[in-house]
Amino acid sequence: MTVTRFTERSEGPSDRLSDFVSHLRDNGFQVGMPETSLSLCGLSALNLTEIETVRMGLKAICCGDSDQFNRFDDLFDAYWRRRGSIRTEQRQMAKAPSSPAEHPALKAWADGAESDSTGTAYEADTANQDGDDEESREATGKLIASSRQSLEKTDLRKIVTPADLAEAEKIAEVFARQIRYRRSRRRKAAKRGAVLDLRRIIRSSLSSGGDPVRLHKKQRKTKPSHLVVLLDASGSMTSYARVFLSFLKGLISVDQRADAYLFHTRLIRISDALRDKDSLRAVNRLSLMAEGFGSGTRIGHSLALFNAGYASRMVSGRSTILLISDGYDTDPPEQIADALKRLKRRGCRIVWLNPLQSWQEHEVITRGIEAARPVLDLLSPAANLNDLARLGQELSH
Amino acid sequence: MTDPTTWTDVQSDLAKAGYVASDDLAMALYLALHLERPLLLEGSAGVGKTQIAKTLSELHATKLIRLQCYEGLDASAAIYEWNYQRQLLAIRAASDSNNSTDDIEDRIFSEKYLLPRPLLEAIQQDKRPVLLIDEIDRADEEFEAYLLEILSDFQISIPELGTIRAKTHPIVILTANGTRDLSDALRRRCLYSFVDYPDRRTELAILKAHHPDLDAALAGQIISFVQDLRKEDLEKKPGIAETLDWAAALAGLSVNDLTDDPVQLQASLVCLLKTEADRMAIPTEVAQRLAGRAA
Repeated sequence: MTVTRFTERSEGPSDRLSDFVSHLRDNGFQVGMPETSLSLCGLSALNLTEIETVRMGLKAICCGDSDQFNRFDDLFDAYWRRRGSIRTEQRQMAKAPSSPAEHPALKAWADGAESDSTGTAYEADTANQDGDDEESREATGKLIASSRQSLEKTDLRKIVTPADLAEAEKIAEVFARQIRYRRSRRRKAAKRGAVLDLRRIIRSSLSSGGDPVRLHKKQRKTKPSHLVVLLDASGSMTSYARVFLSFLKGLISVDQRADAYLFHTRLIRISDALRDKDSLRAVNRLSLMAEGFGSGTRIGHSLALFNAGYASRMVSGRSTILLISDGYDTDPPEQIADALKRLKRRGCRIVWLNPLQSWQEHEVITRGIEAARPVLDLLSPAANLNDLARLGQELSH
Repeated sequence: MTDPTTWTDVQSDLAKAGYVASDDLAMALYLALHLERPLLLEGSAGVGKTQIAKTLSELHATKLIRLQCYEGLDASAAIYEWNYQRQLLAIRAASDSNNSTDDIEDRIFSEKYLLPRPLLEAIQQDKRPVLLIDEIDRADEEFEAYLLEILSDFQISIPELGTIRAKTHPIVILTANGTRDLSDALRRRCLYSFVDYPDRRTELAILKAHHPDLDAALAGQIISFVQDLRKEDLEKKPGIAETLDWAAALAGLSVNDLTDDPVQLQASLVCLLKTEADRMAIPTEVAQRLAGRAA
């Protein structure tokens, strides 16, 4: 929770209220001037001496979705009620910016995102950060000599610098555009179509005295499909995590509807964090979410959680589920298959990207993937950027 | 009912009409009425989102205009459509009498030739109606854009005719159960409330309001059973409507105690469990365990 420092002496209730609205805004609420004035109008109709009344009133006005609805009470209390406890929260928050360093993958991604937005390269910084990481140092050395062509064939584990991550992001954007559309049930005007467009026929028949000479038609149009990505962030995937995070960021930024989740032993929704325009704050949010990043995996369990919670709201017949995982699981493999079968019943397409497949000329297919195979629409390797780029073509039809 | 003066009035008025609203919901409704803003209600299926609109229209003794959203819903089904047959006839009739094209055009693109669909109908009422836009998340995103003008300014622009302004501002209730995320533009035009499954006390009050004759002990058992059942791993959790159906079914079967007849209890669960998998997930033993705990 971001804590807003407001001016010691405010001019009056309206000042305090606009401070509160900006406090909400800092915490990810989409609120602004209209909400402030609406709140003032609303509050004038309420009994302001009862704080519960005020809380419920502001809640109805300022919240936009169930997540905000659940968080509102805490934010309200932090601002209006417990001035003392704000200070302790502030102290906790002070630690937060250092946390990306605890997750090397996130840190690298942060640097990538940072250089993206500011236009400055952080290569030296990245090298320093990764100095204590044997594998990464080797990879950094490799990058200097690598051309774009070979980069695309480079194993994803060795991609570390901001430029490469930006490349991954770019591929993701192309990919997201390719699979974006599927046919819709709605029709719109078209030269050749199955159904007559009466509205336009009448219009143009006016000039011919009511005889419909020119026949306009309409046709079904294509419709955006909905992409849901589930990224395995367990220990065995750590070396891939940063490039896939960039890949995810690319997907999310192109498609407003795309949805991303991270799982290891738990499942966390990261779409909002990835969408955050303030990249530093995005990383802070991500790193808080990624507690346990790089530990064991419970794929089946996480998928079951996804089924029980988000799936009912997020997955429909037009969804494509992208599961990025090596399939190493501490749960029994049948659990993955069961969870995927249940997910499949919602009518979505399920694609499994396995970074270990086609890895150094031999396939690594774990029992989890083997069990899930009958349910999958596509099982594809994702060992290098080429694999990711090719995926769009396979899925676009 | 006149406009309520405090939010607790809303709550008690609703209670009189048989709808038990939580504090948050009552407050949101009060503000929606007072500020003339649309109210967006989100929550699982079967928690009474649609019912609130019905109850409101009863309370205000006004018309309930309902727009059920579905995929592919477009302007001609939701807002208005030109009456093409009449237009064609008018053009033929006019061309015989040598009217100018402009005259004909003015005539056939007038309100007389307009077929109002729910949204246009809602802003043409003399008495403030309740407009229920049900399951807005089922409609596609383009449709949300149509709604923006109506929800923020209560007006509809028709290219051939101009802008039609609302005679009275309808009370607008939108419901969504999260099939997809709604656009921020739509959310920002609405007040918001999340309707959750009711707690034990509230659900008991709802049951009492709908089945006043039900034995108090049995009512308590029913609510405990349903509340526990929602904690089980089910595909579709039973909503309030299901609870009420089940209570009616049990009353009809003249059951006095859930633990009395396992076979009958199991048979009556069709009211609560609506998928094959859920039926399998609650075998007789589990149902008995839940009933035993509820008793």
